[in-house]
Amino acid sequence: MFSSFMINTWIAGTAIAFVAAFVGFFVVARRSAFAAHALPLGAFPGAAAANLMGINPLIGLLIFVGIGVFLLRQLVRMGRRDVGTGLVLVLFLGMGALLLSMTREYAPAVFSLLFGEVLGVSDADLLPILGICALVVMGISLYFRPLLLDSTFPDLAALQGIRAARMDLVFLTLLALVTATALPVVGAFLVFTLLVGPPAAAQALSGNPMRVLMLSVMLAEGCIWSAIVLSYWTNWPIGFFVGSIGAGLFTVARSYRHWNQR
Amino acid sequence: MSDPILSVAHLSVDLGGRSILRDVSFDLYPGQLCALIGENGAGKTTLLRSLLGLTAQRSGQVLIDGAPADQRRALVGYVPQKIALDPDIPLRTRDLVQLGLDGHRLGLPLFSGRKKALVDQALYAVGAEAFADQRVGELSGGQQQRAVIAHALVRQPRLLILDEPLANLDFGSANALVALLGTLTHIQHIAVLVTAHDMNPLLPVMDRLVYLVGGQAATGSVDEVVRPEVLGKLYGHPVTVLRHGRRILVLPDVAAEDAEACTAAHMSHPEKAD
Repeated sequence: MFSSFMINTWIAGTAIAFVAAFVGFFVVARRSAFAAHALPLGAFPGAAAANLMGINPLIGLLIFVGIGVFLLRQLVRMGRRDVGTGLVLVLFLGMGALLLSMTREYAPAVFSLLFGEVLGVSDADLLPILGICALVVMGISLYFRPLLLDSTFPDLAALQGIRAARMDLVFLTLLALVTATALPVVGAFLVFTLLVGPPAAAQALSGNPMRVLMLSVMLAEGCIWSAIVLSYWTNWPIGFFVGSIGAGLFTVARSYRHWNQR
Repeated sequence: MSDPILSVAHLSVDLGGRSILRDVSFDLYPGQLCALIGENGAGKTTLLRSLLGLTAQRSGQVLIDGAPADQRRALVGYVPQKIALDPDIPLRTRDLVQLGLDGHRLGLPLFSGRKKALVDQALYAVGAEAFADQRVGELSGGQQQRAVIAHALVRQPRLLILDEPLANLDFGSANALVALLGTLTHIQHIAVLVTAHDMNPLLPVMDRLVYLVGGQAATGSVDEVVRPEVLGKLYGHPVTVLRHGRRILVLPDVAAEDAEACTAAHMSHPEKAD
């Protein structure tokens, strides 16, 4: 389990869970779960296209999430954030269908992009993953307070000169970066779980923002570590375990809060 | 008397081609509480937005401490009408108040004794110590108002603006809030501007009144403004002002010919008039 090729998985998984918890804190606080669902699913055709062209999937992913953020902001500016997000998602999935129809050997590659590939992290992948993770942690640390006020009390934030449009761009950019790094490891469906499950569970357990952030990180690490172990033992896809553990954490935390409040 | 903290002169605002405010003028001095009274659509929110420098005006002037409003935002504390009620918001009352102090700053929040003292002071000023460590989303409506007022007060503004703070509050909470506003105004010497539909709950603490009807305003003390001849001119039809003890009621007069028409309609179509 700790042989040399697994070490990369452990390092990448730990880094990804860390930044997913950081960004997920704001996904939940801003009620942007739909965007966090649409970006990874919309981005996976980017990896498929990169496979087709024989370039690094991370580059394809970064290009696709970049276009995704741009389109999201353009459509959202016209109003109706939910509709805009949904349309961008379907547009990208349609492109994915087109790209995949052009290649024959796609089945296993697509499967691992959707549901994750625990052994898929090579030495060459590791450095860009860690670099992007460091960038995301820096971004969140820098904008923590303005993002927090804008996410919870937008009126009060505007009064302090915090621009909602800029905060939205900062948030979506960080979300896009996490998406691009996490997708090849945990898969498109499960990026969402990692972004939403642990932070939502943490927010049910505490109201202190710094404590919520720390709890999110701890729960996300617990989630991905146990998923790696279970996936290694059972040979089942890591995505199955990330999904179940994420949903489980959320359910347990919400129930705890519910019973505590009675 | 010292200089006014807020000075509005001949302010007119158009929105989407419609005239929303016409020639509104009033001054507000430190230690005064001014009530901005008007019905829905009278222009209260537009006037507040102009004071905050958020709406472009067609003509006129808004000066805060002698300078244009958008240069003096730091002197103004604002309590918006709609307060979030999401119980999951990851903020305690004390976090919300602290964000009033440093929400615009970059970087992670570091512990600072000076900041904590300022936050505690603001929490104390609004009587929020008891729920300082509770989640904002779990507070009652009156407690949320106090939390947001503390958020506004923590930067020690000289002008505090509250948009409909009494809406959705029960009697007890509304009275307690009015008493708090009186304390802030008359003891801490802040200038306070409050909008409301009904002036009655504010009468005990009110120094000035801006009465808005259809974008035009009558301003002055209660006795100067709430008179049939002043309000009748504003409404464009005669009104009756009833005073009962310390309560005031403004009612439109039904003109004699209108009353006759009503009666006639009632006589000829009694079933419809029901």
